[in-house]
Amino acid sequence: MVLLIIYSFNESKLVTVWAGFSAKWYAELFSDRQLMAAVWMSLRIAFMSACMAVVLGTMAAYIMVRYRRFKGKTAFSSMITAPLVMPDVITGLSLLLLFVAMQQSFGWPAGRGMLTIWIAHVTFCTAYVAVIVSSRLREMDTSLEEAAMDLGASPLKTFFLITVPVIAPALLSGWLIAFTLSLDDLVIASFVSGPGATTLPMVVFSSVRLGVSPKINALATLIILIVSLVAFICWWFARKAEIKQRQQL
Amino acid sequence: MNFNINSYKFLRWIPSGRSFIVGIPYGWLLVFFLVPFIIVLKISLSEAETAIPPYSEVFQYADETIKVILNLGNYLFLLEDDLYLAAYISSLKIAFLSTIFCLLLGYPMAYAMVQASDKWKTILLLSILLPSWTSFLIRVYAWIGILKNNGLINNLLMGLGVIDSPLPMLNTNFAVYVGVVYTYLPFMVLPIYAILTKLDHSLLEASADLGAKPWQTFLKVTLPLSKSGIIAGSMLVFIPVVGEFVIPELLGGPESLMIGKVLWQEFFNNRDWPIAASLAMVMLAILIIPITLFHKYQAKELESQR
Repeated sequence: MVLLIIYSFNESKLVTVWAGFSAKWYAELFSDRQLMAAVWMSLRIAFMSACMAVVLGTMAAYIMVRYRRFKGKTAFSSMITAPLVMPDVITGLSLLLLFVAMQQSFGWPAGRGMLTIWIAHVTFCTAYVAVIVSSRLREMDTSLEEAAMDLGASPLKTFFLITVPVIAPALLSGWLIAFTLSLDDLVIASFVSGPGATTLPMVVFSSVRLGVSPKINALATLIILIVSLVAFICWWFARKAEIKQRQQL
Repeated sequence: MNFNINSYKFLRWIPSGRSFIVGIPYGWLLVFFLVPFIIVLKISLSEAETAIPPYSEVFQYADETIKVILNLGNYLFLLEDDLYLAAYISSLKIAFLSTIFCLLLGYPMAYAMVQASDKWKTILLLSILLPSWTSFLIRVYAWIGILKNNGLINNLLMGLGVIDSPLPMLNTNFAVYVGVVYTYLPFMVLPIYAILTKLDHSLLEASADLGAKPWQTFLKVTLPLSKSGIIAGSMLVFIPVVGEFVIPELLGGPESLMIGKVLWQEFFNNRDWPIAASLAMVMLAILIIPITLFHKYQAKELESQR
């Protein structure tokens, strides 16, 4: 805790050191075409990865929690949890080699870029979503679903009308986690991206490696401000929704 | 009549809703998570070539025979060169010590969070979560500003007159430890916190009623009950740190050799894909025990509370 407080203090200190240069760097930041392109690319990939990861992760969680037994359940659950801990370099390398092999064998995906980054991000974000959603699914009262089925709703209808609203906070936080994970990922994206697809972390990383630039400080400040704001608002809404739901139940 | 029976048989081959739902995520993970490892294994057994892609084919088809050429040279090369062995050892050492530090720091933090009042709990939880929402790279980058020679700590210490010349901290193993412990601390705190929250308080009361001192209760009741949280947290820290690339690259110096860094260099700088693949395979082999341990815990978590 103390470390974190000291750290947050430090961070603001670090930024104020360069704040003397005023907003000039921010202006330069926004006029940097390449950087803005990377920001836009990252945001698009993160948005799409988060959406897909929530769909897949929710399905996976539903399978894990509701389906007692099926062929290969052990294998499935290992595959769900393994990406949580797998070192980035291994995941990145193996996915790249897969894409190369696939391209050689049947010409798809042609080259590497947004699509391959998207696939890679969905793959590792799904695990996080699955864990979050499954813990919510397990807490959920199944009698609601049973009641809906008894009243003649199809399983699909029950799922969308009963289950989804109940687990909505978990879906939201899963989406947000996937979004930030994807936005943050450097190593995997570096492996699976091709020329022409540069994400924000890749730009930041290469400029940090070259040395400190006030532009990056400005960028860092912006990212920290925006992310904390968004995270706080979302967390606030999620909590509110959860409290409301608890009261209703 | 005949038609009916046939159509039923036919219907059995149409995937049911259930297998459809199982199939999609299963298939995705199979193709994009499991198959890649088989390909890595294959490429680790091939030979480096100056071609696109830069490795030889393991399966060669000629004269109606399939030749399988396995090249174990990459693995032998890893053994011969001290660099790789040193990198593995130092990776494991850094990961192990960082896990211990995270545990020593994280357990009290999680414990304090559970004990705190509701309002404080929220604030504490948020202060752990918020940094992990902001970019990991930027947080590592901020540490450069803190640790460098004319950075915050050195300026502070020199200003106070504690030291005369700046302590070299950046580009040392110390900086790597600081960075790793700082970034991975939430992964340790959160699982322990989750376990401690679920703890049955009547057990603690019973222990106190039976005359145990608070520290005895802690050692004999709380600690064993939070074991699974400790294991999960430790594995969440240990396994990714072994393959860590960004932190040693940015904060570490030439002496902080880590396997993730070496793999990256082999792949991107030397363009030796087979060596990089075999490095990854060996790393995976080392990590298989911790991964199984983690999986066992996760499976237990997923199965419990039914």
